[in-house]
Amino acid sequence: MITARVTVTLKTGVLDPQGKAIEGALATLGFDGVESVRQGKVFDIELSHDDRARAEADLAAMCEKLLANTVIENYAVEIV
Amino acid sequence: MKTAIVLLPGLNRDRDMIAAIRTISGQEPLTVWQTETELPAGVDLVIVPGGFSFGDYLRCGAIGARMPVMRAVADAARRGVRVLGVCNGFQMLLEAGLLPGALMRNASLNFVCRTVKLEVANAGTVFTRGYRQGQVIDCPVAHHDGNYFADAETLARLKGENRVVFRYADGTNPNGSTDDIAGIVNQDGNVLGMMPHPENLIEDAHGGADGRPLFESALDLAAA
Repeated sequence: MITARVTVTLKTGVLDPQGKAIEGALATLGFDGVESVRQGKVFDIELSHDDRARAEADLAAMCEKLLANTVIENYAVEIV
Repeated sequence: MKTAIVLLPGLNRDRDMIAAIRTISGQEPLTVWQTETELPAGVDLVIVPGGFSFGDYLRCGAIGARMPVMRAVADAARRGVRVLGVCNGFQMLLEAGLLPGALMRNASLNFVCRTVKLEVANAGTVFTRGYRQGQVIDCPVAHHDGNYFADAETLARLKGENRVVFRYADGTNPNGSTDDIAGIVNQDGNVLGMMPHPENLIEDAHGGADGRPLFESALDLAAA
């Protein structure tokens, strides 16, 4: 079985109001060394087979077709 | 004109849309469930209404946009059938690739429910010919993710091709949308996506009827 972690983050230059709100909340909690916060999503995906090449191709297709909106988001796939 | 309204779990403005079509055209619109792979024959106008399809899980409209009926809507759009997406319907048209760009969380992070001013930025489309160019109308909005975003190249193309159809006017931009964009059309002009809800302003009981000309235009009815 292959386990993969997909990380989806906003592209550079895309405004992240949620990240800004989290940044503000961290400042409210007294963390004064925070320069900036960008938030994103993590997907842990378990595959039912051990074919690494197939997994890489499938996971990239999953990101392109559903997991990421490539207009505003980047994705990274890590097979763990 | 035959109208079909797409139904997906989690939508909540479908009945408003059905009522608007019934009131304005005097005809009962057809409804098409999300699992259908084809639209009823002879449909001239397809509407994807607002709400929270599939709970807006993952991203607003992301799951709904990948349901079978949306492939049928895309096929119909390619054949020249008119397609209107409102609110979550607009989000689905973007996620389905029928229109360019994306809708992000409102800049204020708040859900916004109020009436805004809209400028008719292009009165030359099949959806807006009932308005005057530059006319400012009232229209309700109710959304959390209406902050339109597109890269610089896409924005330049939209403006160059006169595809921005509605803009928030008079400082009423409720969501931080780029260039005050509230609604855009595809290249052929037969697919319109917009965040505001024209179906909720079609008769005096709504407090105004500024949304009515949009449906009269799309349904080929002479403006009253």
